Order: sequence, then C-alpha cells, then structure tokens
Amino acid sequence: MDFLRPTTLAEALAVKAERPDAVPIAGGTDVMVELNFDHRRPAALLDLTRIDELRTWSDGDELRIGSGVPYVRIIEELGAQLPGLAMASRTVGSPQIRNRGTVGGNLGAASPAGDTHPVLLASDAVIEVASVRGTRMIEADDFYVGVKRNSLEPDELITAIHLAPAAGPQQFSKVGTRNAMVIAVCSFALSLHPGEKRVGAAVGSAAPTPRRARDAEEFLNHALDFDNPRPLLDSVKREFGELVSQAASPIDDVRGSAAYRKHALAVMARRTLGWTWQEFLTEEQACA
Amino acid sequence: MTTNFGTLTPAELTSAVTGGIGTSPQRPDGNLKVRGEFAYASDLWHEDMIWGATLRSPHPYARITGIDLTEALKTPGVYAVLTHQDVPGRNLYGLEHKDQPVLAVDVVRYQGEPVALVGADHPETANRAMKRIKVTYEVLEPVVDMETATQETPLHPGGNLVRHVPIRRGDQAPKADVVITGRYEVGMQDQAFLGPESGLAVPADDGGVDLYVATQWLHVDRSQVASALGVAEEKVRLTLSGVGGAFGGREDLSMQVHACLLALHTGKPVKMVYNREESFYGHVHRHPAVLHYEHGATADGKLVYVKAKMFLDGGAYASSTPAVVANAATLGVGPYEVDNVTIDCYGVYTNNPPCGAMRGFGAVQAGFAYESQMDKLAEALNMDPVDVRVRNAMTEGSVMPTGQVVDSAAPVAQLLKLVQDKPMPAPMSADLRQLPGGVSNTTHGEGVVRGVGYAVGIKNVCFSEGYDDYSTARVRVQMAGDELTAQVHTAACEVGQGLVTIMQQIVRTELDIEKVTVLPMDTSIGNGGSTSASRQTYVTGGAVKAACAAVKAKLGDRTDIGDEVIDETVEWRHRATEPLDPETGQGNAHVQYGFAAHRAVVDVDTELGLVRVVQLDCAQDVGKALNPQAVVGQIQGGSAQGLGLAVMEEIQTSQGKVRNPSFTDYLIPTVLDMPPMSIDVLELADPHAPYGIRGVGEPPTISSTPAIVAAIRAATGLALTRVPVRPEHLTNT
Ligand SMILES: Cc1cc2nc3c(=O)[nH]c(=O)nc-3n(C[C@H](O)[C@H](O)[C@H](O)COP(=O)(O)OP(=O)(O)OC[C@H]3O[C@@H](n4cnc5c(N)ncnc54)[C@H](O)[C@@H]3O)c2cc1C
Repeated sequence: MDFLRPTTLAEALAVKAERPDAVPIAGGTDVMVELNFDHRRPAALLDLTRIDELRTWSDGDELRIGSGVPYVRIIEELGAQLPGLAMASRTVGSPQIRNRGTVGGNLGAASPAGDTHPVLLASDAVIEVASVRGTRMIEADDFYVGVKRNSLEPDELITAIHLAPAAGPQQFSKVGTRNAMVIAVCSFALSLHPGEKRVGAAVGSAAPTPRRARDAEEFLNHALDFDNPRPLLDSVKREFGELVSQAASPIDDVRGSAAYRKHALAVMARRTLGWTWQEFLTEEQACA
Repeated sequence: MTTNFGTLTPAELTSAVTGGIGTSPQRPDGNLKVRGEFAYASDLWHEDMIWGATLRSPHPYARITGIDLTEALKTPGVYAVLTHQDVPGRNLYGLEHKDQPVLAVDVVRYQGEPVALVGADHPETANRAMKRIKVTYEVLEPVVDMETATQETPLHPGGNLVRHVPIRRGDQAPKADVVITGRYEVGMQDQAFLGPESGLAVPADDGGVDLYVATQWLHVDRSQVASALGVAEEKVRLTLSGVGGAFGGREDLSMQVHACLLALHTGKPVKMVYNREESFYGHVHRHPAVLHYEHGATADGKLVYVKAKMFLDGGAYASSTPAVVANAATLGVGPYEVDNVTIDCYGVYTNNPPCGAMRGFGAVQAGFAYESQMDKLAEALNMDPVDVRVRNAMTEGSVMPTGQVVDSAAPVAQLLKLVQDKPMPAPMSADLRQLPGGVSNTTHGEGVVRGVGYAVGIKNVCFSEGYDDYSTARVRVQMAGDELTAQVHTAACEVGQGLVTIMQQIVRTELDIEKVTVLPMDTSIGNGGSTSASRQTYVTGGAVKAACAAVKAKLGDRTDIGDEVIDETVEWRHRATEPLDPETGQGNAHVQYGFAAHRAVVDVDTELGLVRVVQLDCAQDVGKALNPQAVVGQIQGGSAQGLGLAVMEEIQTSQGKVRNPSFTDYLIPTVLDMPPMSIDVLELADPHAPYGIRGVGEPPTISSTPAIVAAIRAATGLALTRVPVRPEHLTNT
C-alpha cells in the first residue's frame, strides 16, 4: 500500500486524478477502522492532513470551512456562528475522535448515521468539491445518494463546506443508548431561517441516506408566523412531529427498532421545535 | 521477555510501595496502566516468532463435509496449517465436562468455533492463508431456545441438559395470603475485558512448551493444554503475562492450546492475539436466562414460600454451566429467610455462543428475578420496598434453602438501611451532561421523571460443593545488605484486582519486613486456584499468611539472619464444603456468603426511553478491608458492570449468530453513564476466614442491576421484566 502525502491541494488533486483508487484519509477515524477490520484494502492512502487549505475556515457573508477542520475546532471556533453544527460535532464520539475527525470525513463516509448530515441539510449547506477538472458546488440535498454513497467522482476531493452563519435558532438532537460516545439510533436537526420565513428540518440514521423532512418543513413554513410570533400550539408541534416521523423510512437493527426510531423522531422534532421557537420568541421580544 | 509488570525489575516493583494490611499502598501497575506503559500479553515478543491465527466457523450449527488446506499451505510465509488431525493428545477439553474440541472434527456447534489454525511469518500472511482454507459445511438448523432445548436435536451424546439442580425445602404445597408471579429474562452480557486474548508459546528443548499468557487460572490451563498436546504436565510451563481484565472470561481456554500446538509443530515461538471482534467469539459470556418465579407471603409481608423454575442458556459447550446452575439455584431466593422453597434450575446446551463464568456467576440472573419479585410483592401489599426486604432479611443463624446455616455476619437489614439513609442527590440539573441523553441534547427536562430503587443480593465466596479449593504460597526471607527482605511466589493470577499489592501487605504485616518482592506468577509452584468466585484474597491471601507463619516460626524475633535463607511453601485450604443432595439440593455447599445493597436514583426520559443513573450508592460487608481503596474500587467496578447489564450491555443473537461483535454496538458504560457513588464498607469479621475477610468482587454486581431497574420502574410505572432495559421497552415501540 502506498502512502501519499501531498502538501498542496493542487498536488493532491493531481495525485487523485492519476490514482483514483487512492483512498483519501483526513482524521482517519473511519478509514483506520475499516483497515483494521480488513473491510477495505486500498492500493494507496492519500493523506490530506498536510494540506493547509483544507484545515482553515474563513468568514464572510457565508462561512467556508475547510473539509479537514476537526470537530474540536468547529466547537471552539465556530460555536457561536454555527450552533447546530457545533451541537452535532459535540456529540461525535469521544474527545479523541473529535480531535481527529472532520466534517469532510463525515461527508466522505456518507454514513446514514453521520451526525453532521442532518445539520448540513437543515442549514442549506453547499459542499465544495474539486478535481483537476475544476470545482463543483453540490447542495447537501444532492450530495447523499445511497447507503454510504455520495456524489463524488473518483477523481474528486471534498474541499470545503459553505454555509451561512445562523440567522435564527438551530438545534440538533440525537438518540443513542448510551449517554456519550454512541452512534446515532436516529437524529434530527432543525434550523429556523426567519429572514426567509422558513425552516430546515432533516433526519439522520432513519433512512438509507440522511434526508430532509420536506412535508414537515412545508407545514411549518405555513404554520409559523415569523412576523408576528406567538407561543406555539401543542397541535402544531404534534403535527410537525408526525410529519418528521413520516419522512423517515427506518429499519430494525441492533441499535433500535424501526418503530422506536419513528417514535423518537417525532419526540425530538416536537422538542427541538419548542426550543428553537422559544428562543426566537425571546429574541424577538428582546428586540421589540 | 516481559513479565507481569512490563519492563520493571522486581526490585523496582516494590520500591515505591509500603504499608501493611488495612492501608492502601499504591499498586505497582496503576500508573503504568494509566500512562499506557503496562505490558499486556498482547505486547509479548520473541525473536523469530511467528503468528498464529484461528479459522472459525461462520455457522452456529453445521456438519463439516470437507476441509481443503492445499491453497493455504502454498501461501508463501506459512509454516503450518493444522486441523483436529494434528492434535496429538485428547481433542477435548473443558472446565467441568470435557466436551469441547480443541479444533472441530465433523460438527461445529457455535458461530466462531475454531476449525483450523495457521502459523505464518506475519499476521497478514496468516490472515491470507486462512482465507484460502476451503471448508465445506452442511448447514443445520440451530437449537436456540433454552426453554425447549432439552426436547430438541441433541447437540451432545447425553442430550441437551447440562445440569438440573432441584432444591426442595419445607412444605411443597404451601398456602399464602398473597401470591406474586413473574417471568424474567436476562440478556447475554459480555465480560468486555479490554485486553483481548493473547499469549506467546515457546517450544522448549525437552519437547515441552513454555506459554506466556493472560489467564485466570494457570494450573487448570496447564492440565488442559498438556492433555491436548499429549505431553506430561511438567513439560507445559505457564507464566502469567499482563492481563487486561478477566471477569470470568478467561477461566476457559482460548488460544492456549492453539498457540502451543503451532509452536510444537513448527518448532518456533508462536504469538496469538485476538482482535476485538474475535474476542467476542473467543470467550464465554454470561448465561442468558429465563426465570419463572412465584412468591407467597402473608398479608403483612412475611415470605411463606418461593417457587422458581430457571433456565440458563449454556450455549454449545458446558464450560462452567454446572456450577453456575448450582449458584442460581442455591442463591435463588436471595438474602431472605424462606421456610418453603421449591426450585428447579436447568442449564442447557444450545447453538448459541458458549456461556460460562462471569462476575456474579448465576447469582446475577437469580438476583434480577428475586429482587423484581420483592418489589412486586411490596407493591401488592402496599408496603415500602425496603420494609418488605427488611421484614424478610436473613441474619447470622438463618437457614439457606439448602439447609446450610449462615454462620457469620449477614447484615442484610443493616445494609439496606445504610443505603436508604444516604442523602438524596440534588434535584434534576439543567446541565445537559446530567440529563438522560447527555450532550446528545434530547431533552432539556421534558419527559424526565426521577425514580428510586433498592436491591440487595447474596453471593457465595470461594468454590463450592465439595471442591478441593486451595492455594499454594511460598515465602522466602533473606538479607539484602543489612535489611531483611521477602519474596512471595504463587501461581494465583493478578488480573487487575490488586492481588500483588495484597500479598505484599500481608507479608509486611506478618513479618514486619518492608521490602517484599512478588515473583512472576507461574506453574513452577503449586496451584493457586482460580482468580474467580471472589476468592483470591481469601484463599491465596490465606496461603501467604500461613506461609508467613511458617517463616516466622524459624525467624523468631531476629532482624539479621546472616547468610541463612528461610524458605517455606504452604498449601492452604478453606474449610471443606459438601456436595448438594441431587434430589433435594440440601447440603453445606458454600464456604461463605457475601452481601451488598444498592440504592439507585435515576432520571428517565419517559418519552424517549433514555435513562441516566443519577446516583448509585452501595453498602457492603467485606469482613475486613485489607486494602480499603481496592475494596472501593471493586465496589465501583462491580456496580458499573451491573449498570451495564441494567441499561445497555447485551450480546444480541439471531438464530445463534452474534449481531454486535464490536464496541460500536456492544455498549459498556462510559464515565458519563456511571454516576458518583457513596459507598459504606462494613467490616464484620468472619471468624472462619483469614483476617475475617469476606470476598468483595462479586456482590456489588448482583444488586446494582435490580436496584437500577427498580428505579426505572418507579419512574415509569412499567413492569420491565427483561434486562438490559432498552428504549423500546420504555416507549412500547
Ligand atoms: C470511536 C468512534 C466513534 C465515532 N463516533 C461517531 C459519532 O458519534 N458520530 C459520527 O458521525 N461519526 C462517528 N464516528 C465516525 C467518524 O469519526 C466520523 O465519520 C468522522 O467525521 C470521520 O472523519 P475523519 O476525518 O476521521 O475521516 P476519515 O476516516 O479520514 O475519512 C472518512 C471517509 O471520508 C473520505 N474522505 C475524508 N476526507 C475526504 C476528502 N477531503 N475528500 C474526499 N473524501 C474524503 C475517506 O476516504 C473515507 O472514505 C466515530 C468513529 C470512531 C472510531
């Protein structure tokens, strides 16, 4: 097995074009598990950790986060601007995993249980991918195409995630059967976009891919009055929970039953809606 | 060559440590383990060694119709590929019944059963060669239901019943004011020790073999290895290597015979290390159980009778099932006085993973059931759950269902009162880390209900039923410079429980010698017995104490003995026990009883079915705390293991196949799951035991689980008859 260690993005893309079978490795927290369990025997590993471009983030109208920025830095440096992503990052593995693991790696693995996916979907993230042929911007919605499959071409690398700083409250919630260091049984993300008078809602670990709960979003877009916010009716929360649950098509597996996942998603949807809306109300009142 | 404590020399091992019994000197392995410097068996290394690997059955039950080794043998770098035909001695081993093949012959009875071995120059080569072995199987319908197993296809010549222990005491047709029945299930728990099975076998010039290995019982390993190799026991020499936890899972053989076979066949040192997944297949687990109970009581809560029918799933091979069955039966009513008892406990063969020893050993399964019943009784009588227990609590002088009189302290009521009187934890916190779900952010308090539960348990200490249970210790005293020094040698395994420190403390106290070196534990000395049944401090501690007395008789009050060497070896036995009557289960079968009580406080997210144990308090009588810090460590660890069984730990099987052989999906408690504990340690000396001690390791594992489940019941009002309790049980999904 070759271990390729480019120091610039251009070099890395050239290598990837020449050797599309080379497996990129960022934090290695997925790749090394696969190698250790002998699930995968790549001819080459393409180490991305020496490429500075991938390990920085920049400010602006929107944030551009290099694919190799580890979770610990997202939590510490971007928590205020991206509360949803920070909450999801905070639930990933253990401190050791958060020191190494990256959002780029989460996207590369594209596991339906990856914790950042629902947040990226709910906050309209765009994934920047590059190859020697050029750069593509892929909406998170179009990124996940199957169980552990994404829309990358063999010669492409994930270079960054673009997303707007939170303009409204965001929440992420994840069920696991242990109080820390646990793969999601199911998860849910909700972002309020008050400027556009709409919400983003997405489920994780409850379908072959992470997915948006479109009907639930539509429902809330109509049900929430962003201009004249009032406390929520229980019936709105309940209906939202039902629609989120219906968006999922989970399976029974060792981590949980399909019925439980549907149930839990409805509960998380109700609760996160309550929290985000309450936060919005409080902020509005503070401004008024 | 590495020995028990990494690269430290014996002199360094003792240097930092002082203190006799009743103090808590620092353990020699503690800092090394925390820093990641401790040498475990998986770190063993030998010049020119090769690597062994095990080909295992993918099927829970199948006939082997052919094994083709041709391609595997052709793999460059392969030294040997072995099957049952290459086992020179007896191809059967086992702790109690020799029913388990070293390598499968014509049938495999569980998924993961070893079929062939490869020895190669590199683990990767061994792996590749293993994949080239062609085994053809005729897959058979597995037997998986413990309650019907005895009526199904016999998996062994004698049928599928491993052992039935009946207990008949008092009136067999009793009447009671109140009758409570229940059916309970206990899932398959794993020891989940962190250091996987590993060892190094080095062929010796005399045709024998030296084996360095992580185990719980050197001598019983040795006799099983020698029998399989067909060599005299003296030619098999075992030395304990660094052990990364055991909890019963290392009582049975894993790679011991395999590595020695490869070493003798190739003439090369052979190292074997299981990875985590293989480890799940490589050792026995805790017996899953189905337990049917009926309790009869008077209207004021006095137990009149207990009837129980219990099934323990032993899986494909017997292992220690017979003794586990006896424990579940004899301890089946719990630490209560009950005059009329009818118990039938069955251990059976199935094609599920083999089950054997795990901390608590039969008492855990019964404990979950009888304590659940006590809560149900309290509810039916509208009594406080502690009161109903205290009302029936056994005391010194009580009679067990076996007829045995409990002849030392049995402070059951006192232990319960101690945990009941402890301060309650602060009310529910707003800190996410303190809420069910933790930072996964599932609740900010919504749906969360607090519950409190109690449980108390009983465990036998040491080996039972007439077993000749002893340990051998050698103490040697000589001058080093102008100072007396001592060496202690035993074959009793340090598996992380702290025996090395305990032995040093005993010698310091008995001989008033500060410098005490503990020699590597090996088979060049007599049997030390198993590191199980909470027995090593009792039995090996007793042997070391006795050896010190023999030394003292020669040493007298001298502090300078010149060139003289005083060297005494003593075999020490606890008092004898008796077999159980096969029809009535009567007999003085146990040496000593240990008791612990827990109070659990939990917060349950009743909508999501997530649990956070907020506080878990324990009171336990240990007779005498030889090392108070080690005692507390055992209580914390045992309680944590009980917590795991209560809310998360289970090897899930489907038609005999393990569905979660990894730490991704076999979850054990993290620091955010295990709450702070307040622990009361009683020291009510047992006059029959050295220093009055009472075995510590297992009792806390027994009461922890039912206390937590009782607390969850109190919070939810649900019946919860199965552990581990899953979110599905709490949300009815
Ligand atoms: C103990 C443990 C606990 C875990 N817990 C969680 C958890 O709670 N939640 C969760 O979501 N995940 C969890 N994981 C999985 C893993 O940590 C995450 O998926 C993490 O985000 C992976 O990031 P990484 O940088 O380590 O990826 P790597 O392992 O380096 O890569 C992962 C995949 O992405 C590809 N890849 C990486 N970077 C790029 C790139 N720039 N362009 C193209 N492809 C790329 C790799 O080729 C590989 O296929 C856990 C893993 C472990 C070992």
